[in-house]
Amino acid sequence: MQRRLKIGVLYSRVRVEEKWIFAALEKRGIDYDRLDDRAVHFDLENPAPWKQYDAVIERSISYTSGLYALRILNAFGVATVNTAAVAEACGDKLTTSTLLAKAGLPQPRNVVAFTPESALEALEELGYPAVVKPVVGSWGRLLAKINDRDAAEAIFEHKATLGSTQHQVFYVQEFINKPGRDIRAIVIGGRVLTAMYRKSEHWITNTARGGEGELCPITPEIESICLKAAQAMGGGVLAIDLVEHPERGYLINEVNHTMEFHTMQPLSGVDVAGEIVEYVVSVVKK
Amino acid sequence: MNTVSCTECAAEITLAENTEAGEIIVCPDCGVDLEVTSLTPATIQLAPMEQEDWGE
Repeated sequence: MQRRLKIGVLYSRVRVEEKWIFAALEKRGIDYDRLDDRAVHFDLENPAPWKQYDAVIERSISYTSGLYALRILNAFGVATVNTAAVAEACGDKLTTSTLLAKAGLPQPRNVVAFTPESALEALEELGYPAVVKPVVGSWGRLLAKINDRDAAEAIFEHKATLGSTQHQVFYVQEFINKPGRDIRAIVIGGRVLTAMYRKSEHWITNTARGGEGELCPITPEIESICLKAAQAMGGGVLAIDLVEHPERGYLINEVNHTMEFHTMQPLSGVDVAGEIVEYVVSVVKK
Repeated sequence: MNTVSCTECAAEITLAENTEAGEIIVCPDCGVDLEVTSLTPATIQLAPMEQEDWGE
């Protein structure tokens, strides 16, 4: 008799997405455990408690906790969605940009430096306005649009003085004059499932910052660029953020590996949680 | 029916039927984020503060 699947869901908070994932697992009769990342621990000499899982779905809100958990689980030989390598590629924006550049995919121009002085020099070469982003972070936090040299000097000095060591990586991106919106597309297992515009009058269009969602038709061009972006990150369950450049067309802005879809699922009618579960089952069967 | 008292403003909050342990609710009176720590009995605590590496 075939053994029943056992899935672990590692989470920090039961957001609506986690509720939908739990419901999707239950609907399919899949045995699963809810694993609160604040309560679990790993004994590196004893993988047995974790090897009971055919796969673990990682939904930690903390990038750091999620990434280390994935690294340990993958080292134990436990399949995860996503893999540690994919989390690493997506969770650090500079790593994402580097991999996109390596794959020759269109993205905003990025420059990187490790001191305020060299960052200023790099920014001046790139031109104003520009956007300074923390390499790790989300929900549009700590993004700074820099319009002139005075602002650049102030921001870089503040980052150097007040920031953690991670903020000493000065990651500067060309400002894209997008049409008051960006596009988020969900790609699971090599398929673009749905896409939406995130509209906002603010230059930060993240829905976590009040941006509004509207369905975006998946054109062949959007499909192609999203699939290539997902492939460059290593595949899995991903959300690709695109911006529309007035001349250069679609540019890949970010790729998210533990995406939220509370706006996307009801808007599109696509059962994203169900698709995630189906993907996890397909990973186990491989 | 599960009711809890907001740890911030003491407002009485009735949990929805489909509430899950670990879920974050917002106090309708003071707007603070609260985490449902258990359902039997219903308990809540202030939700953790957002950290720098939180996100998606």
